[in-house]
Amino acid sequence: MHQNTNKLSSVELSRYARHITIPEFGMEGQLKLKEAKVLVIGSGGLGSPVLLYLAAAGVGHIGIVDFDIVEDSNLQRQVLFNVNDVGKFKAETAKARLEALNPYIDIAVYETRFSTENARELVQQYDVVADGTDNFPTRYLVNDACVLEGKTNVYASIFQFEGQVSVFNYLKEDGTRGPNYRDLFPEPPPPGLVPNCAEGGVLGVLPGIIGSMQASEVIKVITGVGEPLVGRLFLFDAANFTTRILKVSNNPATKIEGLINYEQFCGIVPPSAQKAVKEVSVQELNELMIKGNDFQLIDVREPYEFDIANLDGELIPLASVTYAANKISRDKKVIIYCRSGVRSANAIRELETLFGFGNLYNLKGGILAWSKEIDSSVPTY
Amino acid sequence: MAKIIIPTPLRKFTDNAGIFETNGSTVKEAIKDLTSVHSGLTRHLLDDKFKIRSFIKVYLGENDINSLQHEETSISNDSVISIVPAIAGGCCC
Repeated sequence: MHQNTNKLSSVELSRYARHITIPEFGMEGQLKLKEAKVLVIGSGGLGSPVLLYLAAAGVGHIGIVDFDIVEDSNLQRQVLFNVNDVGKFKAETAKARLEALNPYIDIAVYETRFSTENARELVQQYDVVADGTDNFPTRYLVNDACVLEGKTNVYASIFQFEGQVSVFNYLKEDGTRGPNYRDLFPEPPPPGLVPNCAEGGVLGVLPGIIGSMQASEVIKVITGVGEPLVGRLFLFDAANFTTRILKVSNNPATKIEGLINYEQFCGIVPPSAQKAVKEVSVQELNELMIKGNDFQLIDVREPYEFDIANLDGELIPLASVTYAANKISRDKKVIIYCRSGVRSANAIRELETLFGFGNLYNLKGGILAWSKEIDSSVPTY
Repeated sequence: MAKIIIPTPLRKFTDNAGIFETNGSTVKEAIKDLTSVHSGLTRHLLDDKFKIRSFIKVYLGENDINSLQHEETSISNDSVISIVPAIAGGCCC
């Protein structure tokens, strides 16, 4: 951490009075916040509460990494944004919102994907990292960059009703580092086994709860107040309001010697290397429907996605598609779709490999393309 | 009976049940009991050699079974086993 060379102005003293009044926190804690540099990766569900609370608390230097654009379907949980922000870059929009909340802090914006090319350079400029990303390759990248640069990684993750929080790679008093993400999960699940939130959904208030805890851990790490969640994994299940704290230990087998290809590590095959599947465009599907051609239409999304928007396809979720192969016609054209066309392509590859189908066609762009190009009354999500 | 807490991402394979009760006397028996009743869970929890997959953590109480006797860890009637999967949501979530 930096030396406390700065003093608080009279306006700041007034603003942060409720912090300074806490005996364990005091002026020293507030000055540590003012001096601190925190990199928040992702300004969506988790990043929203993390950024709002860190800015409000007076963290002096905040970096925001996000290349994404605000969508209407974000507003159910990403409380940094409002309807006027739809279509704008998240990071820059977040900065404006945070500056309006607290003009006494500095905010740097990185409108770029957090990647192996920039990860270490970005992380080394900050004291603490808050990981609010949404996919396994980036989770491992954030972890490894923090380990290699000797930074604490305040981790949180959410899915449906469930949240996880921990503090990784924390420098302990004895000079050793606490466990990191790879000590907990040495390997990621194969692609498609664990759905992401776009596919599986998330309770809108959950990132608010979990992100607030993440912000609290960042503040504790910076100020040294309290006992950070080191060597422990906090679990919260909003559905039945249960919490658990589980032990996490350093694993001697964990070796991080440099950044790697994280897509490959997570088993993600680049589109160019995947087996091609036959495709139809949304225009072609529309034409088939209008002409009343005989074909089978299958939807491989989850039932709750089907309830949001559907094209009257037969619902066979991806996880059960191979068990339902006998429901899929072999003597006419079968068009399979999902939200964006990725899961349906995977379903086709699996069905072709296991059962030798030759009449399966992927709907290119999925329901998102249908909504954009054919019928805008079909909701996107 | 010992309880296994099923995490949200896997509840679609247990008819949305969050708790599974088992008479198994070890973690291995408990997981076997669980996957025999809810067979859809098998490929998510166990590899080809019926070992717990590396991206799934199994806890007995607050302890990782890997710090105990792994799958052979004994359990009792009041044991609580947690299955903890890696989840990655946060940004677009």
